Amino acid sequence: MPPAPGPDGMAPRLLEFADELRREGVAVGTSELLDAFHALDAVSWTSRSDFHSALAATLAKSQEDRHVLDVLFERFFFRAVEREAIEQGLREERFSGGEELDLEALRERIREAVRAGSDGEMRDLARLAIAAFGRQGEGSGVIGVDVQRIRRTLGLKGENPNTELPDPDSVPRDRLQEFERHVRRELERQMIERTQSLPPAKPLREFDRALPTNPAQDLSQVHRVVAQMKKRLASHGREHRGRRRSWQVDMRRTMRASLQTGGVPLELKYRPKRPRRPELYVLCDVSTSVTSASVFFLSVLHALHDQFRKLRSFVFVERISEVTGVFERERSFEAVSRRIATDAGVADVSGYTDYGRVWVEFLDKVVEDLDPRSTVIVLGDARTNGREPHAPVFGHVAERAGHTFWINPEPRLYWNYGDSVMSSYEPFCDGVFECWTTKQLETFVNAIAELRIGA
Amino acid sequence: MAGEFESIERARERLGEVGYLADDSAALVSFLAGKLGKPVLVEGPAGVGKTELAKAVSRATGRRLIRLQCYEGLDEAKALYEWNYRKQLLRIQTEASGTGWEQVQEDIFGEEFLLPRPLLNAIAAAEPVVLLIDEIDKTDQEFEAMLLEVLSDFQISIPELGVVEARTQPLVLLTSNNSRELTEALKRRCLYLWLDYPDVERELEIVHLHAPELDQGIARKLVEVIHMVRQLDLKKPPSIAESIDWARALLLLGAEDVDRSVLEKTMSIIVKHRTDLDLVAERVGVKLGDGIVGTTRQAG
Repeated sequence: MPPAPGPDGMAPRLLEFADELRREGVAVGTSELLDAFHALDAVSWTSRSDFHSALAATLAKSQEDRHVLDVLFERFFFRAVEREAIEQGLREERFSGGEELDLEALRERIREAVRAGSDGEMRDLARLAIAAFGRQGEGSGVIGVDVQRIRRTLGLKGENPNTELPDPDSVPRDRLQEFERHVRRELERQMIERTQSLPPAKPLREFDRALPTNPAQDLSQVHRVVAQMKKRLASHGREHRGRRRSWQVDMRRTMRASLQTGGVPLELKYRPKRPRRPELYVLCDVSTSVTSASVFFLSVLHALHDQFRKLRSFVFVERISEVTGVFERERSFEAVSRRIATDAGVADVSGYTDYGRVWVEFLDKVVEDLDPRSTVIVLGDARTNGREPHAPVFGHVAERAGHTFWINPEPRLYWNYGDSVMSSYEPFCDGVFECWTTKQLETFVNAIAELRIGA
Repeated sequence: MAGEFESIERARERLGEVGYLADDSAALVSFLAGKLGKPVLVEGPAGVGKTELAKAVSRATGRRLIRLQCYEGLDEAKALYEWNYRKQLLRIQTEASGTGWEQVQEDIFGEEFLLPRPLLNAIAAAEPVVLLIDEIDKTDQEFEAMLLEVLSDFQISIPELGVVEARTQPLVLLTSNNSRELTEALKRRCLYLWLDYPDVERELEIVHLHAPELDQGIARKLVEVIHMVRQLDLKKPPSIAESIDWARALLLLGAEDVDRSVLEKTMSIIVKHRTDLDLVAERVGVKLGDGIVGTTRQAG
């Protein structure tokens, strides 16, 4: 163990911090920790931002990890300070006198500060705001609720990115979040003072750890994963390199290579075998039961169309409709989803999914084209609304196609409950996956890549 | 003066002197890289100056820059070393026929017949160098595994020759566009630096540095428009280099203001896809026409 930099007790604290990072799924190894200690030898640990950056550079090795580290760093070292304060018996002068504050003026000042984004001022005003608005009935006891209540009382609104004209009362979204963070910290500080104990360290919620994103970024992530998927599918077949018999000698490159050995063709160069192009059939459920997932599914479909040329896509509710043309004509995602919503003609009367009918129609449409080289991917929840699932028909589809995969937007736990008939389709698939985030999409991509190698 | 940076502050200053405005973490990591002797993995969107950082570090430290551009199918022969077959062949031919095999073998597998490639060059250099391994995510995992020996021990094993160890510690920067998840093993050996698009103020400084004659007011508006464009869902958002190009173009055109007509005429400098062009014209052009952005311009 290298000597701990800084005062005694720094090393154990850092180890605790690393433990907390590990609990959140950041892979911090011993070598990373040693790096962190070495880095802190070189960097002044008294400067907060340097200290933070040094830890980030050595411990967090991806953007996601970096974000988790930032959130935890805030919490961990803030708590460390508070714990120290309790142990030393230090108390802060409680700020009082909220009654005398001009509430309107305070609102205005906070709005200004949030817009200007000055960190120190926001912190001070956060305390003022708590003093002014936070004491009504000692708060709810849940910090998150109190933060939102104070924000509403202050009349702070985040800018809506979809409107063209900004609302004069609204403030930039990220600054507002920063202000909320200050309020949250102040409330936590007060609670620690009141109860003389640290609140339990709760694992980060999915919401907190998610990177700040907008739908456009999500879309680009889906595109990235699908691009990976294409590479995987395209490189399928390279595994058969061993079968040299069917390879052709590339005369030109062999001659060229023989120059190095004095004209003796020692090394034969082969013409690379062109990997065959995958043929994809994608069926996407767009009914109301998967509303939340269908945006995700459509973006997957959109990304697939960007990557694959031999791709036919279908959307279905009660009936099935081919939308390959829509995707080929329209480039932007918004236009595609609008077109599909308006003129795909997939809902007949009730608007409920009818998987059985969909298979019959699908088979009817493409039976001629399906061959062992094609892959069928179904995106849907397998909820038939009590109608006949026609599993044998689906089995026939799966039999004709080389591979069949099913992606279900529901957690595995919910499958086969209620009207979900996943189990009757599952035996026909080469793989079934639960998938509603890009991360799971990546798992799916990895899994099908492995399956294909085995096949 | 050659060598590593003395402190974070000096790192920032010296990078600034050679025309690279580093933010806090970039300065800190470049300082740490020299101090700890660890490679740096730089990630971020395309066009935020990842490669430029390596070049700037090389200029600021006065070290030679050796660049290895990665691509799919890059192999050891092109990255590490290769035997010069032709020369070996000639040697065998000119050798008197009486010489034994042992003798010849010793002769032809010497450093004389080695064609060093970037990695070996960097390791064997007499003066310390900056080694830039660009777009590491373009290579396959096998290549990454091969890099591990070079990056952790700064040595290369050549079966016929033995181990070549680094005479001097090179400063290594790897860049990645994040198109593929890199292996844990590689990441573990590196310091991590995430570069993002700069905020308005910093980008304004960068633009000012590269196009100093441009009026401050126009420059600010230009940067604001660029930021607005980056917010849109584009195929390829404009990079820092493109903001600089745009600034220079506006200078040449003698533009007095960034309004709708100027934007529409010069848009092709910052946006490079047909669909993107339409989107920018529609969304940003309208805003410029209404003069919403124009209000901040008067500040300068």
